[in-house]
Amino acid sequence: MEDILLTIHKLRTSFQIHGKFYPAVDGISLTIQKNEVLAIVGESGCGKSALALSIMGLHPSDRTLVEGIIEFQGRNLLQLPIAELNQIRGKRLAMIFQDPMTALHPLMIVGRQIEEPMNVHLTLSTKEKKHRTLQLLERVGIQNNEQVYQQYPHELSGGMRQRVLIAMALACDPVLLIADEPTTALDVTIQAQILELMKDLQRQSQAGILLITHDLGVVAEMADRVAVMYAGEIVELAPVRELFYNPKHPYTRSLLQSLPSATGQKQKLHVIEGIVPAIEHLKRNGCRFASRIPWISNELHEGEPILHEIAADHFVRCRCHEHFYLPAERMGDESNASITAT
Amino acid sequence: MLVFIVRRTLLMIPQLLLLSILIFFLAKQMPGDAVTGAFMGKPNVSAEQMEKIREQHGLNDPWIVQYGRWIGDAVRGDFGQSFVHKQPVTQLLAGRIENTIWLSVATLVVTYLIAIPLGMIAGRWTGSWADQFIVTYNYVSFATPVFVFALLMLYVFGFVLNWFPSGGSVDIRVEEGTAEYVWDKLKHLVLPVLSGSLLLTYSTVQYLRNEIIETKMKDFVKTARAKGVSENVVYHRHILRHSILPIAAFLGYEITGLIAGSVFIETIFSYPGLGRLFIDSIMTRDFTVVTALVLISGAAVIVGTMLSDIILRMVDPRIRLG
Repeated sequence: MEDILLTIHKLRTSFQIHGKFYPAVDGISLTIQKNEVLAIVGESGCGKSALALSIMGLHPSDRTLVEGIIEFQGRNLLQLPIAELNQIRGKRLAMIFQDPMTALHPLMIVGRQIEEPMNVHLTLSTKEKKHRTLQLLERVGIQNNEQVYQQYPHELSGGMRQRVLIAMALACDPVLLIADEPTTALDVTIQAQILELMKDLQRQSQAGILLITHDLGVVAEMADRVAVMYAGEIVELAPVRELFYNPKHPYTRSLLQSLPSATGQKQKLHVIEGIVPAIEHLKRNGCRFASRIPWISNELHEGEPILHEIAADHFVRCRCHEHFYLPAERMGDESNASITAT
Repeated sequence: MLVFIVRRTLLMIPQLLLLSILIFFLAKQMPGDAVTGAFMGKPNVSAEQMEKIREQHGLNDPWIVQYGRWIGDAVRGDFGQSFVHKQPVTQLLAGRIENTIWLSVATLVVTYLIAIPLGMIAGRWTGSWADQFIVTYNYVSFATPVFVFALLMLYVFGFVLNWFPSGGSVDIRVEEGTAEYVWDKLKHLVLPVLSGSLLLTYSTVQYLRNEIIETKMKDFVKTARAKGVSENVVYHRHILRHSILPIAAFLGYEITGLIAGSVFIETIFSYPGLGRLFIDSIMTRDFTVVTALVLISGAAVIVGTMLSDIILRMVDPRIRLG
């Protein structure tokens, strides 16, 4: 298809721990199309940020091994020499970072930082650059752009800095934006504003967005399609409505069950039993979620779980979902590991 | 920025006042005085005559009168007469201050010229053979006493190879004010400056190396890479700018250290600067010269700290005067 921006094929990103390499991203395949927002959800440590950094080529090469194919507009980013990669990133492929407090250079005025990708990728005069930067600041909703241009990051609030980071990512009109938890570090009211802004900008620019988040609310708000990640793998991939109304994989269902509800009476908050296994101790054969749903017997899992297309564009890993039930659905069973919450 | 500099300068006044009082009392507490220093052991001067001289020079006045007289003159640039050299202290210091400034500025410049590239290489390519070499050089230079190294330099380059003059600050035969004069001064500086700066680099190299290693991991460096900025620019523009902060902060202190502390270098290369004068004056109890020198080096420390603050403020916009 012509509209495909990014194809990831069997990506495996391994980190070196005590001299051995352990994959944090383990065989991920994905595509993102033009004008599409693909959300990657999962809890901390599931490999979603490692995935984002792999696409941008930001892992330190001495301690990380990135294998597979990341094809962006027809070229495999993993095989490009750094000079050619530098012609792509910042221009057609840009990233919005997680923490606006640390992602900006503390000793450079904001204007210069936004202009930097233009210095690298575009041939503009000083005046044109400044004009463009002021326009960008305006586009991301900064009214007093002339003033902010001259300011240092420490003089701005968190929300303003996140806007600056977005302006920076948009500096050269990218076709694909990678947003790594763009609202995690912000407080809730600002989160809503930033999400609204990103949605607007996406509609205007028709860019594709790979949105990495652990916040299902953000997913519901922004995404067209959702990939749920667990322990380095995609366990479920579906259009956003399908995923919320018809979740299949035990992990997805547990996640959705764990959302506190604003309506209805006080009830126990569902908690998924156990923790994500550490990367060194993860059992890599069999269903990786099995250890956290011990009431599902082993025979119900696949030996080598693969993604099954169970409906149009709806993929689920492992057959165990067919027999899965949430402990809460079993009446009167108090033996599950729920924790009382109000 | 201007307000900052003015406020910071005003802050120096009480510091200087306190310093001057302290110095005055310390000097007074030293055993002996200028009179004993000048006439001790000379059989033709009796105790009564010495007492008379003390009375004449006001050495028996109450401390507050003496201090007032001293500080009032000092502010006007008059540090009194040297009892040993029999000439005004100000005159005695003038030429030597100039020499010391030449020596310290040159040492500082050469130190940074060597240390900053080394620190950058070691920080960027940590663990490489170049890094290991630089770290080894650092340990060796840190452990080498300056008087041993300076003597070695003097012996090899000044005496055996005879490449550079082995003493003094300028040849007496060249005329002052000519290009040749400046050239000759620089030639005289080579050995003292190299001996000093080759051993002084360690702190700058070590600081810069550590800072770069730490800064490399920062988020804003990732941001820079994500913009498509080349690796060289990432290091020169983003990482170095952040890593240079502590070095900029130490610049002021380094200056003071050099002004006050090149005693070994100046002695070994018979370089007529303040350091040597200081030692000589203490030996001969030349009270007026010693106090003037201590006051100058103390003031240099205060000025150095101020310089550090201003420099740091210039490179780091986050600094505010507390």
